[in-house]
Amino acid sequence: MSTQTQEERGKTESAEHEAETSVEQEDASHGAQRRADRDAERRQSVSGAPARPEGETIQLKVFRYDPEVEGKMEPRFDDFYVPKRKGMTVLDALIYARDHYDTTLTFRHSCRQAVCGSDALFINGRQRLGCQTQMSDLEAPVRVEPLPHQDVVKDLVVDMEHFYDQMHSVEPFFQPDDAPPGELDEYRQTRENREKIKMSTRCIWCGACMSSCNIAAGDNQYLGPAAINKAYRFAMDEREGDTKKEHRLNVMDQEHGVWRCQTQFSCTNVCPKDIPLTEHIQELKREAVKQNLKFW
Amino acid sequence: MHEHDVLVIGGGGAGLRAAIAAHEEGADVAIVTKLHPVRSHTGAAEGGINAALRDGDDWELHAYDTMKGSDYLGDAPAIETLAQDSPEETVQLEHWGMPFSREDDGRVSQRPFGGLSFPRTTYAGAETGHHLLHTMYEQVVKRGIQVYDEWYVTRLAVTNEDDPDDRQCHGIVAYDIKTGQIEGFKARNGVILATGGLGQVYDHTTNAVANTGDGAAMAYRAGVPLEDMEFIQFHPTTLPSTGVLISEGVRGEGGILYNEQGERFMFEYGYANNAGELASRDVVSRAELTEINAGRGVDDEYVYLDMRHLGEERITDRLENILHLARDFEGVNGLEEPMPVKPGQHYAMGGVEVDEHGQTCIDGLYAAGECACVSVHGSNRLGGNALPELIVFGARAGRHAAGTDLGEPQIQTGGSADTEAEEDLETPVEPGAVRTSDEDAVADGGAAVTTPDETVRSAVEAERTRVEGLLEKDTGIQQAELRARLQKSMTENVNVFRNEDGLKQALRDIREVRESLQDVYVNDPSRTFNTDLIHTIEMRNLVDLAEAITLGALARDEFRGAHWRQEHQERKDDEWLKHTMLSWNDGTPELYYKPVILEGEDGEYEPKERSY
Repeated sequence: MSTQTQEERGKTESAEHEAETSVEQEDASHGAQRRADRDAERRQSVSGAPARPEGETIQLKVFRYDPEVEGKMEPRFDDFYVPKRKGMTVLDALIYARDHYDTTLTFRHSCRQAVCGSDALFINGRQRLGCQTQMSDLEAPVRVEPLPHQDVVKDLVVDMEHFYDQMHSVEPFFQPDDAPPGELDEYRQTRENREKIKMSTRCIWCGACMSSCNIAAGDNQYLGPAAINKAYRFAMDEREGDTKKEHRLNVMDQEHGVWRCQTQFSCTNVCPKDIPLTEHIQELKREAVKQNLKFW
Repeated sequence: MHEHDVLVIGGGGAGLRAAIAAHEEGADVAIVTKLHPVRSHTGAAEGGINAALRDGDDWELHAYDTMKGSDYLGDAPAIETLAQDSPEETVQLEHWGMPFSREDDGRVSQRPFGGLSFPRTTYAGAETGHHLLHTMYEQVVKRGIQVYDEWYVTRLAVTNEDDPDDRQCHGIVAYDIKTGQIEGFKARNGVILATGGLGQVYDHTTNAVANTGDGAAMAYRAGVPLEDMEFIQFHPTTLPSTGVLISEGVRGEGGILYNEQGERFMFEYGYANNAGELASRDVVSRAELTEINAGRGVDDEYVYLDMRHLGEERITDRLENILHLARDFEGVNGLEEPMPVKPGQHYAMGGVEVDEHGQTCIDGLYAAGECACVSVHGSNRLGGNALPELIVFGARAGRHAAGTDLGEPQIQTGGSADTEAEEDLETPVEPGAVRTSDEDAVADGGAAVTTPDETVRSAVEAERTRVEGLLEKDTGIQQAELRARLQKSMTENVNVFRNEDGLKQALRDIREVRESLQDVYVNDPSRTFNTDLIHTIEMRNLVDLAEAITLGALARDEFRGAHWRQEHQERKDDEWLKHTMLSWNDGTPELYYKPVILEGEDGEYEPKERSY
């Protein structure tokens, strides 16, 4: 916000000056005035006294970085003050800061109800979904950073390609044994089996678990908790036959597969959908051992 | 320039299904989507998929319920296609591994839903959409279908013949969100729009922030008429503070609505003496707001939805997700307290005019899912009918675009459709009308071009100029302010209850915003992940669609389905058994009408008084 804002402010002032000289440009002058007002707000923020709305506020400290904008190439934290309101989530606070103070503030978000998985962030030192986290539950100032161990694209946006690659690498699709007899017949699945895989199917691909995992941070090839959970979802589905299960366990039972997990539970702790990820990884380890014993 | 046989715009339910279908027909298909597919809003659907799968049920009953639910504004060929294809499509999902809830015998479970005469809503907990989305994305991965994720499609490459019926769509222009690169994509066979809803026109909505109606607005400006836009569904149970959806499944399982005085008002005040809480969505939404307006709401803002009596076991089994939503977004424990709810914008029944093969009047341009209007929902969509629409019409559009012969469509589109001449119609388009700029006045294809390559290239040029302009301008108004103004006026004036003064006010407000939009500028100069730019481009789509909704609502002086008018408290079949059509007409919206098709396979659906 420093260099860039100052330059823009200069432009705004000259635009205002020009507008005064011409009646036809009344609208432009109106726009320039708004912009000058908004810049005045932001100027305060640059000088260390950020703009504040009326009433009680909460301080947000937000990570900023843009590889191509002068003044943002060096990572830094910006302070924003947002109104203290019942029910306000961290995502609401970020939106408030963006829409009122700095429209260049960049983060992913869409559903606002914890199903799209796009706003996983590092909030007060922990991976959480911005939309699912109440501001009132956090200690102020609320520090918001991009997910650790992933490349930062800009501000709070990280590169998810590696995460998607790992998810795709475990054959993440149903491979049933034989088709049911009639076209409109369903595969029968017991309620117990559906219950067994239920939690694993809740994954929203937010990447929080992967970001929290020390092992994944040190070993780029480790499949990681999300991908292993995806494999679990199919390996435990009774409608995929023994041959497929064996194949899936072989994929897990490799150098960068389940054995890398050191049972630190960090993935389970941060999962916004309460998926018992560590447990699923352990169960696949047991299954892999059992299978090896069978062939031994 | 990228090139594929079929381009699917949008990676939600309809888009993924269309891509899979086109791929199965042998087409080289690619998905171009603003979000990564698993981020799509289909994932937020909770309730289920209506499909006549069981003994005692059949497609004719499903079609009948849907026609009645639509308040006789759905087209029979579309509704019957939905009801006929849904069982096979639903079982197809099961075969792809979708984790449906199960009965004791291992078959998929079904439950009752509003407005249905048989419990035919197939579901997967209270997160059916999430499972549907992920299951289909898995199939896309399996087939190796190319996905351009986080690419925002901003313009269609369409030729510019005078009559939209003569135009051809040859591709799209898209913007790589990560790098800011603008590129052309050529489609050898067809472009399928599957861009979803437009809820961001309102400020209290269940829709995601990405739901800005991009596809519908682009098609509209390229010359495709919009159909039945005034019919906006308000869902009766959304959380008051955020608009987060509480599934109709709660009422399907036996959840009860109370007012502040603890009265079960659906019965107490005679809103729906038979179906009670399970009347269709428009009926329940109006009942709630009537209670609130009569001073019987809680905090003058909402009513209570109670599911405590269902018991922890049943709630956990079938509605567990609802417990999480109530806790995380409203701080309420659904096992111990009733949940606060009020109506919120939920679904657009109208959209891009298409036939039952998904094709628009422009050759090579298709639409499916919420952005399209086939029309299966008429003036009110039944719960559980959105997901079958995605898979049924997504698959059909995919197949047709890939070259499969689906026969002559029964629904006519464009100028060739049997439209009414409306010389005497008093189209109230005046309030606040503004002259649109020259840039807006041509088809999105732009120049007079002949070959597909030139059409795409010229569209790319036009788009580069527009985006450069937005980025280079450094004074003006920012989109966030305009969006807030638009959303506020729509929520105040074009909501569940509507009247002439309010609608006219909304039209003036919308047009003021349109005027201001000419001064909009983008503050962020960066090419990297510029969300400021994306939201600014989206803003223009929101204005065009808000205007279409409001114009249609102002013209329709009757009460039908979700469209309630204070001054007109009855359904007027003699005058209004017809679809509202809106054409871009060089930037000046032109209203006209086409008749509803009530003639089905087994005879005509006869409009009856709708009671529940």
